[in-house]
Amino acid sequence: MFRRERSIPLRGSAAALCNNLSVLQLPVRNLTHFGVVHGPSAQLLSAAPEGVPLAQRQLQAKEGAGVSPPLITQVHWCVLPFRVLLVLTSHRGIQMYESDGSVMVYWHALDAGDASLVQAVFARGIAASGHFICVGMWSGRVLVFDIPAKGPNIVLSEELAGHQTPITDIATEPAQGQLDCKPLENRDCVADMVTADDSGLLCVWQSGPEFKLLTRIPGFGVPCPSVQLWQGTVAAGYGNGQVRLYEASTGTLHVQIDAHARAICALDLAPEVGKLLSAAEDTFVHIWQLSRSPEGGYIEVEHCHGECVPDTQVCGARFCDPSGSSFAVTGYDLAEILRFSSM
Amino acid sequence: MSVRTLPLLFLNLGGEMLYILDQRLRAQNIPGDKARKVLNDIISTMFNRKFMEELFKPQELYSKKALRTVYDRLAHASIMRLNQASMDKLYDLMTMAFKYQVLLCPRPKDVLLVTFNHLDAIKGFIQDSPTILHQVDETFQQLTEIYGGLSAGEFQLIRQTLLIFFQDLHIRVSIFLKDKVQNSNGRFVLPVSGPLPWGTKVPGLVRTFNNKGEEVRKVEFKHGGSYVAAPKEGSFELYGDRVLKLGTNMYSVNRPMETHMSGASENLAAQTQESIAPNPLAKEELNLLARLIGGMEIKKPSGPEPGFRLNLFTTDEEEETSRRTKSWLGSWGSLRSWTSQGGVPARAMICLP
Repeated sequence: MFRRERSIPLRGSAAALCNNLSVLQLPVRNLTHFGVVHGPSAQLLSAAPEGVPLAQRQLQAKEGAGVSPPLITQVHWCVLPFRVLLVLTSHRGIQMYESDGSVMVYWHALDAGDASLVQAVFARGIAASGHFICVGMWSGRVLVFDIPAKGPNIVLSEELAGHQTPITDIATEPAQGQLDCKPLENRDCVADMVTADDSGLLCVWQSGPEFKLLTRIPGFGVPCPSVQLWQGTVAAGYGNGQVRLYEASTGTLHVQIDAHARAICALDLAPEVGKLLSAAEDTFVHIWQLSRSPEGGYIEVEHCHGECVPDTQVCGARFCDPSGSSFAVTGYDLAEILRFSSM
Repeated sequence: MSVRTLPLLFLNLGGEMLYILDQRLRAQNIPGDKARKVLNDIISTMFNRKFMEELFKPQELYSKKALRTVYDRLAHASIMRLNQASMDKLYDLMTMAFKYQVLLCPRPKDVLLVTFNHLDAIKGFIQDSPTILHQVDETFQQLTEIYGGLSAGEFQLIRQTLLIFFQDLHIRVSIFLKDKVQNSNGRFVLPVSGPLPWGTKVPGLVRTFNNKGEEVRKVEFKHGGSYVAAPKEGSFELYGDRVLKLGTNMYSVNRPMETHMSGASENLAAQTQESIAPNPLAKEELNLLARLIGGMEIKKPSGPEPGFRLNLFTTDEEEETSRRTKSWLGSWGSLRSWTSQGGVPARAMICLP
């Protein structure tokens, strides 16, 4: 059972985008950072354990050429081995900041080049993989940036081709989730990144100095707005309300959940305990327990909890602690972050 | 965002405008021939070929202010006159209605069915005018050509673009409050029951498969809602059962259409913020707007046809309250002086701080 905790007010309401909430947990400092996209601006704020807001900052999308100010598509914290960067994607480019948003360390302008007149040009989908940051594009390409341990000397090292339609989300194997823990030394699973797109296609990759495409998991006519990766299992949320879990290395479908009545907008993982969170435009947030079956070793899912956020078209949801005992939700038109914790 | 959004926004808002005007014309007992002339003039201006050509070009959405200017012009395409307060209220009702329809569309693609519902109703208004009917059918063909082949992902982007346009608008509308589709805080009710989108299964089932693809387990869970599968998919043909009721005419003769002024000041503050903030890109928007409106052929009220004034308010007192609430909006002042003059070149229409 979960109860509503005190909400955190936002300066501007959340935009109707998918994956519109990023959370950076800093348990050592007793702080949680939240990032929400409003439209042409994104809001970062930090809060103390009881949800007491401490500091906030607004970031704007860079380069205002055109009829209207450019819109931000996503804001996301990337936890790398030696630093944390905040990445912001928009219809003009990719902005990378120090984790508190105080200093922009890198700007990559989008090259509209091949886009036809009718295609919207934007970057969307952000994830950290080792010392790389991967960002998706409207074209289906995924840009791989090599991030140094400190400083602004960020280099575009690779452009991955696997998708033909706009990237929606990227997920990587969590490195135990927290800034102060060492990343996994001996990895059993070779597949450590998955990218998703508007056609529902998933590509599974192995990271490295050169990323290698391992598997392709075809879509079925609906977008896949949100994806997660946990211990070799891909969890994907689709536009028809389904959540599907696949074996990452082979692409085999193991679990199919008719989870929601509208398009899924966000998935999140509490990797230490194997909990999965799904949120959708149907106003519901569901929490699932992932486990391995004793017989076949394949993934199994059990429903733990469902929460209705009345009259709210949810657009972002994240766990707020590593044990998955609390989560936060944003909704379209809502100027606050709703918080829930288990009793 | 999506560069394919403007036609859908324009046609649906235009459709809502016609529903409201039609209801007010009947409520004010405007003679049948005059009422028909007004609707015919507005509809033929809306669906003018040159105008539609401009509209359908891939482009970003206009600002709320710029779009409002287009409707001001459209509403005055005939012998009917609306004063400032009535025009404001008309626009509030139009935008909240379409916001509601977009928000409640089960699938992003259903916004096309909403558009077809509006077009079907518009054809009902002009049944005795074959020329205008033909214009509307042509627009229908264009919509089918452009949107018929779009993917679910592209429709999702269109939906997101529309919702960003309507973000933070919470004007309370009497008819919505009475029907309990809007809460007293201005937010729409999102039901957790009813028909599902076409292509979505009833939530509540977890199916597990082994490595060979055989189902090994099937478990139900309590999902919290009360949904039923959609009976059938709405038709995207020129004629057909759209199934979806969103976008059909919700105004019958006796239904009220007040907006609640007590909540208005908070909404006006949000809207003012947009008017006051300086817009350095206004020149480009001005040019786009001029091209769009330049395509509109507005009939100026000629000699023997006397114009008449339509009132969106049921009582003078309500109108006076509205006028007092809005009189401090400095930026609307120049717009008011424009509308009283009638035909003014496009460049003079935009009021910018």
